[in-house]
Amino acid sequence: MSATLLSARELSFAFGPIPALRGVSVDLWPGEVLAVVGESGSGKTTLLNVLLGRLRPDAGAVWYRDEAGHLADVHAMAEPELRRLHRSDWGFVQQDAKASLRMAVSAGGNIGERLMAQGARHYGNIRAAAAEWLERVEIDPARIDDLPRTFSGGMLQRLQIARVLVTHPRLVFMDEPTGGLDVSVQARLLDLIRKLVSRLGIAVVLVTHDLGVARLLAERLIVMQGGRVVEHGLTDQVLDDPQHPYTQLLVSSVLQ
Amino acid sequence: MSDTMIAASGLAKSFTLHLRGGVRIPVLDGLRLEVRAGECVVLSGPSGVGKSTLMRALHGTYRLDGGRILVRHRGTMTDLAVADERTILEIRRETIGYVSQFLRVVPRVGARDLVAEAAVAHGMDEDAARVRAEALLARLNIPRRLHLLPPATFSGGEQQRVNLARGFIARRPVLLLDEPTASLDAANRRVVIDLIREAKQDGAAIVGIFHDEEVRAAVADRLFAMEPLQDAA
Repeated sequence: MSATLLSARELSFAFGPIPALRGVSVDLWPGEVLAVVGESGSGKTTLLNVLLGRLRPDAGAVWYRDEAGHLADVHAMAEPELRRLHRSDWGFVQQDAKASLRMAVSAGGNIGERLMAQGARHYGNIRAAAAEWLERVEIDPARIDDLPRTFSGGMLQRLQIARVLVTHPRLVFMDEPTGGLDVSVQARLLDLIRKLVSRLGIAVVLVTHDLGVARLLAERLIVMQGGRVVEHGLTDQVLDDPQHPYTQLLVSSVLQ
Repeated sequence: MSDTMIAASGLAKSFTLHLRGGVRIPVLDGLRLEVRAGECVVLSGPSGVGKSTLMRALHGTYRLDGGRILVRHRGTMTDLAVADERTILEIRRETIGYVSQFLRVVPRVGARDLVAEAAVAHGMDEDAARVRAEALLARLNIPRRLHLLPPATFSGGEQQRVNLARGFIARRPVLLLDEPTASLDAANRRVVIDLIREAKQDGAAIVGIFHDEEVRAAVADRLFAMEPLQDAA
């Protein structure tokens, strides 16, 4: 079996007296989509922030293996090194696209910015890549010079995805990427994420409270409750044959 | 024995319903099943006896309380009951195909691509997969004008045939067929019978649930009778 891309071991974290993560271990292999499900307060967003290197765990470690096979402790990295990782190998798709996009910069500029952060300098190439990515996320390339504020919620989310994927990251973290969108807009976005992720062979950590989204996108999932992983397995194993009382409750609460 | 594809023994499976006061429902206990290459074994027994449970256990969806499920994968008997998650995914890509009664539709993906996807996952080139998908859909009497449409709006029988095309396109050496002909008309049932016979000739080991007598008589090499567990369990 090939080596893991990301490995978290025995992560613990507390907000003051309130434990948010209790001994959480997670492994992710290249090209695979792992869903983290659970209700709000279960610890899934804290886990995401620790994996991203934004929150330092009280105990435990997160290991990332780069393309050369070198294993690095995410929380032992110097700040510039971590920033470089976020610009190149990693991507982060947030629920609120506005928090991740630069709203005063054109759509094309938003996509081009990440390429430039990686060292791209040729204006024509950057613009061509931006136009191509607008098309891939089904935004009319004629809107390349428009400001994101003229875009709908679904378009903003697709623009954010283009901005993240343009640099071909190996690992993308997604936090409720379809949250707050209309159902029809969600379906389009999900299909787009599904296609792009499988075509580009990107590994994804997908945080969602929507079991339908997890079922559609993820091969494996972990269920969190009270800061612990209470169940893990293949998506169909966990959703079709839930073992833990909390997972059974989650599954039985979904409208058929 | 070298052509044994599935060797399951001591299978035990129960469901514990935590939301119903922890009621435990035993379904399988000490079950033993072997299937050879080119053989079609049909599960029989009354409704609720655990036929679909056994199928889902053989697919690695239901986790067992006990026993083992050896599947010939890449030439080696591999125990599905203890295989890690990624090995199970690999076994499903390469070795075990599963066709249920119900198609899981994906928003915006057309019937042809949904079928082709199953072959691409198995390693086929994308263009070749599309060609084969079209041919298979046509053979299952899905009109050409529907091939590019997402099956969400298709009839139950049409969706089921898309699902069958998905199951048969990749020619995996083990096929699990859970009532694949439930809502098909006579003409389409006969297409499915032919597909199953061809798969058998290719050496596929098949486990099926067929309530339809005609299909059962046409494809079964033997019946595997299942009996309800005693309530005393």
